[in-house]
Parts: sequence; C-alpha cells; structure tokens
Amino acid sequence: MSPTLAGILFIGSLVLALALTHRPLGDYMYRVYTGTKHNAVERVIYRAIGVRPDAEQKWSVYARGVLAFSLVSVLFLYGLQRLQDKLFLSLGMAPVTDHVAWNTAISFVTNTNWQAYSGESTMGHLAQMAGLAVQNFVSASVGMAVAVALVRGFARNRTENLGNFWVDLVRGTLRVLLPIAFVGAIVLVAGGLVQNFAEPHTVTTLTGGQQAITGGPVASQEVIKELGTNGGGFYNANAAHPFENATRWTDWFEIFLILLIPFSMPRTFGRMVGQVRQGYAIVAVMATLALAGVALTNVFELSGGATVPQAVGAAMEGKEVRFGVSNSATFAAATTLTSTGAVNSFHDSYTPLGGMMTMFNMMLGEVAPGGVGAGLYGMLVLAVITVFVAGLMVGRTPEYLGKKIGAREIKLASMYFLVTPVLVLIGTALAMGSAEQRASMLNGGPHGLSEVLYAFTSASNNNGSAFGGLTVNTPWYDTALGLCMASGRFLPIIFVLALAGSLARQAPVPESAGTLPTHRPQFVGMVVGVTIVLVALTFLPALALGPLAEGIH
Amino acid sequence: MSTPVIEAPGRTPAPRKKVGGGLLDPAQLVRSLPAALVKLNPVHMWRNPVMLIVEIGAVFSTALAVADPSFFAWAIVVWLWLTVIFANLAEAVAEGRGKAQAATLRAAKRDTTARRLTDRRDPDRWDDVGASELRQGDFVVVEAGEIIPGDGDVVEGIASVDESAITGESAPVIRESGGDRSAVTGGTKVLSDRIIVQITQKPGESFIDRMIALVEGANRQKTPNEIALNILLAALTIIFLVATVTMQPLAIYSKADNPGIPDSLALTGDGVTGIVLVSLLVCLIPTTIGALLSAIGIAGMDRLVQRNVLAMSGRAVEAAGDVSTLLLDKTGTITLGNRQASEFVPAPGVSADELATAAQLASLADETPEGRSIVVYAKQAYGLREREAGELAHAEWVQFTAQTRMSGVNVDSRQVRKGAATAVMKWVRENGGHPTDEVGAIVDAISGSGGTPLVVGQVVDGKARVLGVIHLKDVVKQGMRERFDEMRRMGIRTVMITGDNPLTARAIADEAGVDDFLAEATPEDKLALIKREQEGGRLVAMTGDGTNDAPALAQADVGVAMNTGTSAAKEAGNMVDLDSNPTKLIEIVEIGKQLLITRGALTTFSIANDIAKYFAIIPAMFAAVYPGLDALNIMRLTSPQSAILAAVIFNAIVIVALIPLALRGVRYRPSSASKLLSRNLYLYGLGGIVVPFVGIKIIDLLIQFLPGMS
Repeated sequence: MSPTLAGILFIGSLVLALALTHRPLGDYMYRVYTGTKHNAVERVIYRAIGVRPDAEQKWSVYARGVLAFSLVSVLFLYGLQRLQDKLFLSLGMAPVTDHVAWNTAISFVTNTNWQAYSGESTMGHLAQMAGLAVQNFVSASVGMAVAVALVRGFARNRTENLGNFWVDLVRGTLRVLLPIAFVGAIVLVAGGLVQNFAEPHTVTTLTGGQQAITGGPVASQEVIKELGTNGGGFYNANAAHPFENATRWTDWFEIFLILLIPFSMPRTFGRMVGQVRQGYAIVAVMATLALAGVALTNVFELSGGATVPQAVGAAMEGKEVRFGVSNSATFAAATTLTSTGAVNSFHDSYTPLGGMMTMFNMMLGEVAPGGVGAGLYGMLVLAVITVFVAGLMVGRTPEYLGKKIGAREIKLASMYFLVTPVLVLIGTALAMGSAEQRASMLNGGPHGLSEVLYAFTSASNNNGSAFGGLTVNTPWYDTALGLCMASGRFLPIIFVLALAGSLARQAPVPESAGTLPTHRPQFVGMVVGVTIVLVALTFLPALALGPLAEGIH
Repeated sequence: MSTPVIEAPGRTPAPRKKVGGGLLDPAQLVRSLPAALVKLNPVHMWRNPVMLIVEIGAVFSTALAVADPSFFAWAIVVWLWLTVIFANLAEAVAEGRGKAQAATLRAAKRDTTARRLTDRRDPDRWDDVGASELRQGDFVVVEAGEIIPGDGDVVEGIASVDESAITGESAPVIRESGGDRSAVTGGTKVLSDRIIVQITQKPGESFIDRMIALVEGANRQKTPNEIALNILLAALTIIFLVATVTMQPLAIYSKADNPGIPDSLALTGDGVTGIVLVSLLVCLIPTTIGALLSAIGIAGMDRLVQRNVLAMSGRAVEAAGDVSTLLLDKTGTITLGNRQASEFVPAPGVSADELATAAQLASLADETPEGRSIVVYAKQAYGLREREAGELAHAEWVQFTAQTRMSGVNVDSRQVRKGAATAVMKWVRENGGHPTDEVGAIVDAISGSGGTPLVVGQVVDGKARVLGVIHLKDVVKQGMRERFDEMRRMGIRTVMITGDNPLTARAIADEAGVDDFLAEATPEDKLALIKREQEGGRLVAMTGDGTNDAPALAQADVGVAMNTGTSAAKEAGNMVDLDSNPTKLIEIVEIGKQLLITRGALTTFSIANDIAKYFAIIPAMFAAVYPGLDALNIMRLTSPQSAILAAVIFNAIVIVALIPLALRGVRYRPSSASKLLSRNLYLYGLGGIVVPFVGIKIIDLLIQFLPGMS
C-alpha cells in the first residue's frame, strides 16, 4: 500500500468512525444537559459546594461562576506546583519556579495546556494527577458548559435564565467526560500505554550510558488530554513518546478522541434548538474546514517542499518513523484544528507550508471543530456574523434561529472575534520588536518569525501546541503567553455568555419564506467563506513574512 | 373602518413626478463638490469612523510627503484625499436630491396671514395674525383663493382644496367637516367655498416643516441595522489597523535579516514606509461601504419621497423590510371599490340575449356604479349597443327607493324591473306570475359565492315572469393575485380587512389570493389582530385613514396614513402616503428591503475587494526581501510603486463608480430569501473578488508610464 493510500484510509476511517458516533453521543449530551434529574453523587457535590441545582442563572451570574471557578482553579494549581516538594508523590521534584507555575496554572485552567516545562522532569505524580489531570477534565467541562449556555440562548425565549453553571460543569465532567475517559484509558492501556505509580527505572543504554525511564499514570492522563482537547502531555515529547502513543492504532484512537466531542456538539446544538438540520449545517462547516485543513497539511508534508526533504526523499525530520509522514500530518492538523495542542511530531520541522497550515488551522479561531465546547460557541459566533451580512442581503433585519441579530448581538460577536487576532498580532509584534525576546528564537529568518507567531497563535487560541525551537520558559514569554491564554479564553467566554443572555431575552421571529435559510449548503458555504476570508485578511501580512516567505520560491 | 378612496371614475392616478431617479447626472457630482469639501471637517467625519481613519491617514501621508517629497508619495496623498472627498461626495449628492424638493416645499411655506376667529361661535369676527403665531386649538377662517395657514381639521364648511404643493397632484380634493376627510395641511390652497379650521399643529412643527426636514435628511438618525453594521465595520477597521501596525516590527526584522537588499520606496531599514503603510490600511478597511453607507440611507428615504411617501423615521423604512404581515383594506386596495355585473344567469326557458336586453333596459337610467356596470357588461358580453335613456320615447323610468328596492322602466305595455330578489319576485307574483324554484336556486348560488344577485323580471301584456339573475360581484383589481403570490414568496402574509360578511369576504379573499381575511371588521378587531400577530413575533404593516384607524395605525410596526385621512390618523402612523393609494404599501415594503439589501451587498463587495488588494500590495512591499513572494503578484503589476498606487486609485474610484448603485439601490425582485441570497452573493461576493483584480490591473497598465512607476 502506498503511503498516500494508507494516509487516505487512515483519514477515511476516522471520518467514518466520527460519522457513526457523533449522533448517539450528541443525543446523549443533549439528554445530559437538558435532563432535570440529579443523581446521588451529584446531589452530594451540590450540597458540598452549596449550590441549589435547580436555580437558574442569568448570563452575568453564569459568567461569574465560570470566572470564580477558574480563578480558584488557577490559585489551587499554582499552589500545588509551588508546594509539591512539601506534599506526597512528588518523586522528589523541586517546587516549580514562579513564572512557570503561573504559566502552567493558567495554561491548564484555560484548556490550553501550553507547557513551558518538561513534564517528566518538573511535575510529580500528585501535581500531574490532582492538578493537571483534574483541570483536563474540568476546563473541558467549562467549555462545554459555556457552549450549552449559548445554545440555550438560541433555544429559549423571553427569559433571563441560561441554566446553572455548576450543574452543567458537574454533569459535563461526571456524565460525559469521565465515562468516555474511563473506557478510553482501558483501550489505550490495551494498546500499549503505561499506567503505574512506579519510580523511574534506570536502564543502561546500548552506548553504556544511564537513562532514567519514568512511568506513571500515563494512559489515564493521555485519554482526557485528547478527549478534552487539552493537549498537555505527561512527557515533554507529548504524543510522540511511545508511552503516550505506542502504535499507529493508538495514534488513530487518540485522533478519534480529539475529534469525538467537538464533532458531536453540533448534534447536541441541533437537538436543543429543536432543528436537527441546523446542527448538521454547523457540523458541515466544521467538517469542510477540517477536511481542507487535514488534506492541505498532508499535501504539503507528503510533497516535501523544502530542501532537506527533497534531498532525503520525505519530510521525516521531527516525525516518528512508526507514524510516518501522513499520519503525523493528520495528527498535526487534528490537534491544531481542535485547540488540543498534543503533538506526535514536531511542527517546527514541518515543511514551511505544512507548518503554515498548522498555524492557519489555529488562526481559524479553533472552530473546525475546535475545542470541546469552545469550538461550537466560536462557530456559532461566526454563524452570527455571517447571518448578519447575508441577512442584510435578503432584505430583512438579520436573524438566526429566530433571534434578531441587532446592534447588541453584533457588538458582542465583533468583540469576540477581535480578541484572538489582536492578542496574536500584538504579542508577536512585541516579541519581534525586542532583540531580547528575539534571542529566544532557535532559527533566524522567516522561520524564526514563524516560531514566535506560532507561540502567540497557539496561546491566544488556547491550543497549547508548540512549534518548538522557541525557548519559552523565560519570565517574559511565560507572562506574555499566560496573559494571552487567559485573555484568549475568558474575554470570549464573557462575550459569548452576554450574547447568550441577549438572545434568550428575545421573542422569536417566526420563520417564513423571507427568512434566510441557515441549514442549506448555500449557508454552509458562506460561513466557510467568511471564516477563511476573515482569517486570511487578518493574518496574511504576518504569514507572508513567516512561512510564506520561507515556503514560496 | 376606513372609507374608500374617492376617485373620479375613469381618472388615472397622477403619474409619478420622478420615476426611478437612479440616474446620476455628472453635473450633480460637480454641484455637490463644495458640500463634499465642507464635510472634510473632522467634526463631521467623526460620525463615520471608517472614513475618519482614512482622513487621518491622508493628513499623516501629507506630512510625510512634505517632509520627503516624491512623485509616488504625492500621487498617493492626492488619491487618499480623493477617497475621503468621494465618500463625502456620495453623501452630498444623496442629500442634494432632497434639497430641490425642500426648496419647493419652502416656497409653499411662505408666511401667510391668518384670519384667527376671536370667538369660535362667531365666524365673522377675526383678527389678522401671522401664520407662525397660531397655536394649537386656534380657529381660523379660510376662503377661496387663500392659503391655509396651518395644519388642522375642518370644523365647519366644505371646500375644494389644491394640495399640489405637497402632493404634486393638481386635481383638487374635497375637504369637509366631520368624517374622515376633514384634515387640511398648511400651505395648501382653498379653491372654492369657505371653511373654518381648527389648528392642530404646534408652531414650527407643521407637516411641511417635517417634510422639509425629512427630505433634507437634516436630523437623520441612524437606523438599528445601520448602527449594527457600523459596529461590524468598526470591528473590521480595528482588526486591519492592528494587522497593519503590528506588521511593522516583523517588517523591520525581515529587512534586517536580509542585509544585502537596498532600501526601496516601500521598505527601508525602519520598516514599511509610512505612506505605504497608510495605503495598505486604507485599502483594507471597508472604505467602500463606509463611504456609501449614509448615502444609501438618505437615498432610501428619498426613494420613498419620490413615490410620494413620507416616512417619519428611517426606523420605519427598515421595519417595512421586515414586515411579515400586511393588512390590506379590501375596498380600494384589493377590489375596485364597487360591485360590478359579471354574469347574466337566465331563468329556464329564457334566452341569454333576452335577459341581457331586459337587464340593460332596466339599467339605462340607473346612474349608480352597479347600474352602469350592467350596461357596460351587456355591451361587452352580448354586444348590445349602449342606448341613451333619452332614446326611448315613451319610457317611464322607475327609480330605486328603499321601499320598493327595485328600479326599472315602463315602455308601452312592457314593464321591466331589476332589484333585490325578494322584491322582484314579489312584484312578479303580484302581477300574476309564478317564479320557478330554479330562480331561487340561482339566487342562493350567487349569494353563496359571495356575490350579490339582482333578479330581473318583466310584465309584458299582463304576463309576468322572471327572466333571470344578474350576478354582481366585487371586482378584484388586475394583477393583485400575482402581487400576493410575490408577497408569499417574500414570506409576507397578506390579510384582507373588510366590513363584508364572512361569506362574501371568503369569496373575494379566494379570488384575490390573499392568505387570510378579517370579515365584519371593526377597528377593535383590527387592533386585536395586529396585537395577536405581533405577539407571535411578526411585524405588521397597514394603511388607514380614519380617526378610528388611529389606534391600529399606532400599534402597527409600519402604519401608512393616507394623506386624505384625518389628522389623528396621520399623527398615529409612521408614514404618510401623499397619493393616498393603499396599494403602495407593497412598494414601501420593497423599498425597505432594497435598502437593507443594498447595505449588505456593498458590505460584501467591500470585504471581498480586500483579497485582490493584498495580492497587489504584499508582494509590492516584501518581494524585494523575499523574492519568492513575487509569486503572489498574480496580476503581474509593473512595479511595487505602480501596484500600490493602482490599489489606492481603485479603492477611491470604486466609491464614485458605486454612487449610482447606492442611490438607486440594488435591483430587487420579489423572491425567496434563498434565491435572493444566491443572486447577490454571486454578483457582489464573487464580483467583489474578481472586479478589483481586473480594475487594479487596468489602472496599473495606465499608470505605468507615469514618472517613478518603473
């Protein structure tokens, strides 16, 4: 079988698996988020944290819940890292330095999982499990909760109520993420991943040197890292490490986990607004962008358009031999399209245009299909903007799902899409404008620029993958990227929730022949077009001086 | 209930004063130039953030060009200023079209002297005061040849009034006290008789004052959609501002990284030159729609004015585009207003011609519209020559009375009658005839179909019999069904309002093709219907003229008051139709839609344009340091300078090129949202991508010969 055909089969089987699972999972999540019953465990939790689970919240209260929970999480995670030497299961690791601890705390709470540290040599088991892995669950659940709140804004009428953040958070964690993670972890262990509490093994290598091989609760963290589109690896090498990603099969399964929830959320959305076809339209937009992203990354990598790959016959630098070019490219596209940021190969070593695709995927705003929850709400904001322009063109005040898109809605949607480009561009400009920060670049020329651009794109979009090459564990980068992660996560969430509140207050406009249909291919094409054009127009100058300058000859 | 519009039979509606009005006279551009220059004042530009950025950029570039002059720099500076001026020109031209109309109105408003009654009960004692001194509640007397000094209601008398000053319609109208035709407008002229008018306006707030303000767009408020669009444009402007400014450190780095490359006009060791940076910014921000946005709004109002409709706010025009339920009065809007003969159904044993002749004979002296229609129908359908009543020598005409409920003629020994079924049948029986059951069946069938049956009977030589039945029905205006089909395609539900009984109403509703009807409608029913529709989230439009329409007009999202109506109705509605033509509601909806479509289409066009500009400017800036980027120069533009200048020139020229479209509005044909979107996407989305590639290339070919371009 030729590598290209194998790559196509790999992608095709993923598409098939997702097509089969998105519906039952989407329906299940619909029931989870609309159900009225609380199980015993949940009731205990609600009593413990003092929440009345049946009390509805208006948008500002919901947003306060998100922010308060996240703030507590950051402080807890920061403390855990700084004090890890005083606690158990630290494996003798020293306290994490202050700027790395802050950066890591923000990173995991914002579902970014940017890692300014090397996992196996910085974090003990307690910090990994009680800190990072817990955040892998709850930060994902926060994203889903916000998405569900926005969907309720569309689905509900004449109300201030958007649901209860604490209930959504608990249900998302206990009913959606935990069960899938449990099954997934067993599959991964069966696939060859490690799961133990053993002390590092010290082995003698072939050359006679000593090497410490760290084991740990890897599979359990790996599964939620992918499932929750987190991306923070147990090991520094992330999913390129054989203990995190043993074979092509685990590779396939991990990509499947990455895409599973983001591609199922539109189904949940369709069910909640009572029009399944609207969900299909959204999933179609996501799938179109995702397939294009995967295909182009593969094309650029397989054609190996750079000097060294041409010389050696394939763009294998930075890629694992057990995965090969195509599967690495597919993983890279999936992880950048979903704000996961796990890597099984090193994007820094990609061909210039392949590397550009990983950036472009993130620059789409992490909407295709994006992070768990975050992808859906980002895509819905883009749909709102598309509806606004398209709606004017059919001669009516634009409306989406029966809700008018007026000045307030467009203001919130605009502020949403302003946040990340502004963070990316200003961050990159500040870093490139300072000789001191430029010194962190491994390479000169356009490739060095790409390294910096990638870092800020990844942090601001809450992706968390690193291009590599750039030395980022300096106080400046830790602080700047931490600010990008926090602003890139919470400002959009506030705008989305405010938008949800504004939509829920409205009375619905009945659909008629004069209403812009938002479930047809025509609309899908428009959202795809608006997304690409907005991104291209915003980032073309920066991309021109980075990967394009390097890649076009 | 509204009363039918009084129109003399056979009179065609006055032709529009200006049709279309989309053609742009180049002289108009020149005339508007001074106004456009005045608008350069930043205080004015503040209202339009996109163009304010362009103006700031132009000032900045001018300073740079003064400091470091070159042909290229000055050429860019000139075109940047032209971009701002063109934008102002668009607005000035749009406003200029209203100015002429305002001038006409001002002429009507010249200060007249009013004869104010000192005592309401004594119509012969008054003092002369200036019209501007009149207060609400004052009574004035106006006689033939005088100008009515202010808006008010006729409280005494009847007069014919020339309202051409405001409506442009030269035929005089009747204004009388009481009823729904009591409103008079200040500035119009009484042609005959004498009336006493109670002033209802506040000083300086007359209808004409408001009209002048409206057509001049003096205190034009931004409409909700316009505000939303402005926010989106501001957001795009911020993004491009950030994208352009943050490019500078990257450019400096890239230049420093390639030390062997000499400085160019676009890129030096200090980064992209200020002028090129401003050029890029101006090309990227949505200047096209930013420049034309306010002109589109003004022109939308103007299009209504050209159709003799005054919208009291832009918000109302926009709401018209969103209307999903249209309430239409049956009489005058859907039907011609009078019942007309549509069929002769002969009784058994009677020939159709016999019935037609008798029906015609019985109606010759009948001057009611129904009677006339029988004569006309007999001629059209049976070829019976129209006879004059005087032709029959011995005819003795029997007039219709409320008691007999029939009319007819006695000629020699022949008596013919037509009238209400029971009355004529009774008359036949009294004369010894025996109407058959079939006649009763015919009568019931006609009543059942919503028509009005008139039975024709005759007595010849003492022998009485029923000849047949005339079917009178409400005649639906031509083309209404097609109009309503169009409405349905646009997603608009039409509801017919009528005082008829449900049976008749249903028959007419079916024939006209409206979606629903409200029979035996009272003003309260109408109001309730509007509220019900609005609760379901629908926007409702209606027309009305009577005082008892006022609550419904006020409740409706778009309430069009007829100018013939009462002051109360005009006060309650948010639009006034000077032609008092209820069918115009449909046109108003279309204009509202067209306004929004034009904004959406030009926004799409504006954003789509950016793609080509990037392909022009990015290689121009950076191909020197990274030769590979020349691959992006797919237009193969002559040089970096010519590429940048061509993009800036295109950006400015496209504004002027689109002024006619902004004023005329995008072509609108009623169809479903989906079809409309496809068409507009194709034209303005795809067109917006392709046109600038062609345009910039052509401009580049032209300017390549200028100095400093190679």
